[in-house]
Amino acid sequence: MSDKAIVCRCEDVTLREIHNLIAAGTVDLEEIKQACRCGMGPCQGRNCLPLVAQEVARLTGKPASEVALPTFRPPTSPIKLGALGKGADHG
Amino acid sequence: MARGVDAVVIGGGVVGCSIAYHLAKQGLGKVVLLEKGYLASGATGRCGAGVRLQWGTRANCLLSRESVRMYEQLPELLDTPGDIEFKQNGYLLLAYTDKMVEQFRKNLTLQNSLNIPAYWVTPSEALSIVPHLNIQGLLGATFCPQDGHCNPFAVTKLYAQAARRLGVDIRTHCEVTDILTENGRIKAVRTNTGDIATPLVVNAAGGYAQTVGRMAGVELPIFPKRHEILVTEPVEPLLGPMVMSFYHNLYCQQSPHGSFIMGMGRECEPEGINHQASWQFLREMAATVTALLPRLAGLNVIRQWAGVYDMSPDRQPILGDSALIQGFFTAAGFSGHGFMIAPMVGRLMAELITGKPTSLPVDMFDAGRFQRNELFIEPSVV
Repeated sequence: MSDKAIVCRCEDVTLREIHNLIAAGTVDLEEIKQACRCGMGPCQGRNCLPLVAQEVARLTGKPASEVALPTFRPPTSPIKLGALGKGADHG
Repeated sequence: MARGVDAVVIGGGVVGCSIAYHLAKQGLGKVVLLEKGYLASGATGRCGAGVRLQWGTRANCLLSRESVRMYEQLPELLDTPGDIEFKQNGYLLLAYTDKMVEQFRKNLTLQNSLNIPAYWVTPSEALSIVPHLNIQGLLGATFCPQDGHCNPFAVTKLYAQAARRLGVDIRTHCEVTDILTENGRIKAVRTNTGDIATPLVVNAAGGYAQTVGRMAGVELPIFPKRHEILVTEPVEPLLGPMVMSFYHNLYCQQSPHGSFIMGMGRECEPEGINHQASWQFLREMAATVTALLPRLAGLNVIRQWAGVYDMSPDRQPILGDSALIQGFFTAAGFSGHGFMIAPMVGRLMAELITGKPTSLPVDMFDAGRFQRNELFIEPSVV
């Protein structure tokens, strides 16, 4: 696959960037996320993080089950501030 | 036990990395930095990323003024290439009560005497700075064009890279479990991977600073307290400066990336390490910010998280040594404003530790002030 392939579509992160980070020893998904914003977009990493985890496993020789995914942050799907704000009186 | 080192810095946040860098630069010798997670995994990487000079005490004004000067040219200063995404679009601090107006006027006199170019703005002038601000009830505001934003991950990484180049041994995923002392002196640091002999420990453990202090038998009045933040989807530039309101206890800024970062303090928050994000925060934050900045109602929230402030009784850090244990230094208790003063804190701590004259007065940050009842409360925090 071409290194120019996009891994994280929300933040435009390429496979090459991921490979460079792994080569530099950044193999913790939290740190990869911090370094290149991969998984910080509206999809919450649903598309990219499993791919990145797979690359970390492949290149480090670790079993995929040992590559920890980053902490999942709410909300589950994007929600407008206006909608959230209106709910304030009903709690 | 492994061969001894000259200093062990505990905590791989921006403060610990800045201290480690400055210690190496001062030529202290072999410096090790220990971080139980990864770099910036605690308060640094969870913070609101704001940088301001508008403070209510002389000490904080000076610390932040000098730190901002360093942020303005950090890659050059550290001789390390990198982009810390520093932008200076100002902070607009809103005043809603007569008491706030009075405090802000006092702050301005102090700030201006220290060459900080903050100034008073009327509600209509505030509107020209933030065109979609709801000015209902607003009595006025202060604005300082040199305040701004910078990327905490990038800053920490830059300090870490510069420190490593000077020979600092940075160990992540290495947890300190005990500190060994003998006859009132530091002897070694015990970790999950073995003991490190050292005569000097710097406690830069943020929300864990009290725990680390107790390992050495030093009691520090530093308490972790959760603060929550949310971030929206990135959009075109809408908001230049940080908008901050002590009345609403909130801050909100658009980052250079385009996303809005905002947070709120809550009086009722209990003490303790708590990294859980809450639904209550999401709701309160949304209701308050959309009342203040109605245009934000159309933005999607995409992520929320929590971090802890390392609170001290006067909301000022403890910087200095311990009267009890020789070789035990603390740089913690930042109470929510550690990131923005980290460059200068690193330099001052290194000067203190190596016995050099300090570039700014630091006596007032000494841990003994609480026993002496010499608190100097910072009035301007969220």
